[in-house]
Amino acid sequence: MKVAVTIVLKGRGVVGGRAEGEALVTRETIPGWGGVNPQQGIITETRHELRGRSFKDKVLVFRGAKGSSGWSAMYHTSRLAGTAPKALVFNEMTTKVALGAVVMRVPSVTDLDRDPLDVIETGDWVVVDGDLGTVHVQKVEK
Amino acid sequence: MLRLTDSEKSMLDGREGKARQKAMDLLVRYAEALGAERFVDTRNVAGVPGSANPFLQRYYEGKDQDGKDAIFSHFDLDSDELVDVPPALVPTYHLQGGADPRNWQTLGVKVEVFRNYEEREAFAARHDVGILKTCTPYLVGNVPAMGEHLAWMESSAVIFANSVLGARTNTEGRESTSAAMLTGKIPDWGLHRTERRFGTHRIDVQLPVESVMDWGMLGYFVGDMVQERIPVIAGDFARPEIVRLKHFGAAASSSGGVEMYHIAGTTPEAESVEMAFGPNSPVETFTYGKAEQRRVYDQLNASASDPNVDYVMLGCPHAALEQLREAAALLEGTRVSANCALWIFTSRAVRSEADRLGYIKIINDAGGVVLTDTCSAFAQALPPGTKVAALDSAKQAHYLPAILGVQAWFGSTRECIQAASTGRWSGERP
Repeated sequence: MKVAVTIVLKGRGVVGGRAEGEALVTRETIPGWGGVNPQQGIITETRHELRGRSFKDKVLVFRGAKGSSGWSAMYHTSRLAGTAPKALVFNEMTTKVALGAVVMRVPSVTDLDRDPLDVIETGDWVVVDGDLGTVHVQKVEK
Repeated sequence: MLRLTDSEKSMLDGREGKARQKAMDLLVRYAEALGAERFVDTRNVAGVPGSANPFLQRYYEGKDQDGKDAIFSHFDLDSDELVDVPPALVPTYHLQGGADPRNWQTLGVKVEVFRNYEEREAFAARHDVGILKTCTPYLVGNVPAMGEHLAWMESSAVIFANSVLGARTNTEGRESTSAAMLTGKIPDWGLHRTERRFGTHRIDVQLPVESVMDWGMLGYFVGDMVQERIPVIAGDFARPEIVRLKHFGAAASSSGGVEMYHIAGTTPEAESVEMAFGPNSPVETFTYGKAEQRRVYDQLNASASDPNVDYVMLGCPHAALEQLREAAALLEGTRVSANCALWIFTSRAVRSEADRLGYIKIINDAGGVVLTDTCSAFAQALPPGTKVAALDSAKQAHYLPAILGVQAWFGSTRECIQAASTGRWSGERP
């Protein structure tokens, strides 16, 4: 992998800590209960663009959370099952995503100064610092 | 910056015991994640405290110690330490979960899993949690007052409480409701705050919306359009009653994350469109006409192609008494096909009333089963060999194919009962 350029986004830390990994990006909101298989770490919702994709060990970059109030419990279960994402970067704050991030215990950042969905593409290498509220995006050379 | 009152600090410092300390610690982490500045007091919690699906049952097996409950400590409170759990500090109710105590074998639940459900229910009951075991607490005794602050889970109940009753709750989760049960606290954020309850998007309904099915489709459209924003529905339609509002909200909170809506002239914070928007101007206006209705219908039927229906499921959200009456009336004098099963889900309280009124006997005599506590999507339970289901709930049509990989037809209650008696789908596209 050759890094072409690094972009730094600044925002607000939601859950502290630092983690890095490959980005998995969706402009859609992400379902919880009834739309993911937490034991396998896979999105299963019928009409979702990430259907069948695994979020295990990825830096999940997404618009926000949707659907059932079981959102936090599903991603909490993914932590127990060892299939949780490594970090979260998202745009829209809701109680579902806030509680989910807390119980997943993964570094999470929101309110970024540029839309992460415009900057980050699936496959980019992303470093999330939940203490500083920063996201470093290493664009992979194509 | 989050500010704590003296009583909140006292709980966080551990002066009220270890469990309350852990509950407060979780609530503080959650409030900080949200960016909340304070907590509100709540005396109305609806969650699933201490419950466990088979995965959690196995995961925490053998981890209880000295009477300390591992599932509640580690999962509900997200605590690394085992704690002694005191009874609920504020009135708390258990939503759907586990398996119907009368029909768990019908659901295909293994005996050891059911025994575990019974133990988890006993745990909740020992902690003064009301065992409503339904996604519709508002139909069976937990009816909050306008303006009351709640900590509720269950997206279809949350949207009902906010929109129809004018109570105030965000969509809470398993962990936050269990923490609220022990503290009577929940972050003062989002829908607890007046300025966050006004409409953001306008939906102009340009065709008659009448039946429960119509309201389900409209809800599914609205959720898809506005996601987690607050829609204001305006149009020339008859005032919808409870069952229609129940199906509308359940659909809107499934296709999107809608937690509150206004229907001008119907819901209490929307005597008019202007009142619903308050200081906001609509971000966007969506029109709902025939083309949009057909698109929603096709989305809800997208998984289905085989007209041979082997399973009809009603009762999502849990059936109201009048829906069991309707099902009984439609079934009277007919029989469920030998190639098909009919399961209707409701709460224990409504089942008991329907029993007194003779509806359960009519449904049973026709070959249908009335079940409580759960539903097919929640329990991940289908009649053996099910490949094609028929449903009258947009919410269930959203979830069931995704969760269990079956085909699902969506239509009216009448079309579903007809499919149950013929074994074939003959629903009509609107």
